[in-house]
Amino acid sequence: MFDIIFWVLAAVAVGAALAVVLLRDIFRAALSLVLLFLTVAGIYVTLYADFLAVVQVLIYVGAISILIIVAIMLTREVWHGNPPGRLRIPALIVCLLLAVTLIFTVMSTQWLVSGESPKTPTTMAIGEGLFGRGGFLLPVEITAVLLLAAVLGAIVLIREK
Amino acid sequence: MSVGLEHYLALSAVLFSIGLYGVLAKRNAVVILMCIEIMLNAVNISLVTFSRYVVPLLLTGQIFAIFVIVVAAAEAAVGIAIIIAIYRSRQSVDVDKFDLMKW
Repeated sequence: MFDIIFWVLAAVAVGAALAVVLLRDIFRAALSLVLLFLTVAGIYVTLYADFLAVVQVLIYVGAISILIIVAIMLTREVWHGNPPGRLRIPALIVCLLLAVTLIFTVMSTQWLVSGESPKTPTTMAIGEGLFGRGGFLLPVEITAVLLLAAVLGAIVLIREK
Repeated sequence: MSVGLEHYLALSAVLFSIGLYGVLAKRNAVVILMCIEIMLNAVNISLVTFSRYVVPLLLTGQIFAIFVIVVAAAEAAVGIAIIIAIYRSRQSVDVDKFDLMKW
């Protein structure tokens, strides 16, 4: 059962990613990107990452996809389509080589897989990891500053003169 | 052979390569931004996979994935602001025409 769910999700994810790259219509490419985000949330569920699946739906499906669709509508380039550039053949070769190398490395490495059953639910453990003693409190604070700087930068960039 | 660490990492590798192809080969700047999001998602899948299979009790990989998501959100906001600003001045989002800083 678990295996079937993984294979279905993996097939949908790869198909949606290929659709983002290959579809002529940019708006449909953005919609298949939303499908990809949703299937990645499903893959997190199969990995026992419940909190992260919800965060994925909230931030990627809820916020980033809306940003991208608004950008497509504001730039009014939909009827130019989604043409490949001059580097199509070299890029294809490089990416195929990268994929083959990565998959070969993954398959030929002896991973130290732990036999312990995963921790569920993960929300409390993630909170303790982020804010607890010996956790990631300083990176969390720095991330807050980064987000503030990014939002201010976006406002300044986009403001009319 | 039941699904394990290798399958998730292979899926992550395939998604990363598709995203890299889009970043290298596409001309529309918004599509390039979408392909960067695909690559970041692929990296997140591999982080969560290592967290699940290698250190299932520590969840460090999931915490790293949260940081990646936050940085991706900031990157999307700034990237789209830059694209719209360039579109205002040049009436195009074709990266082949963005030769403003070329001498």
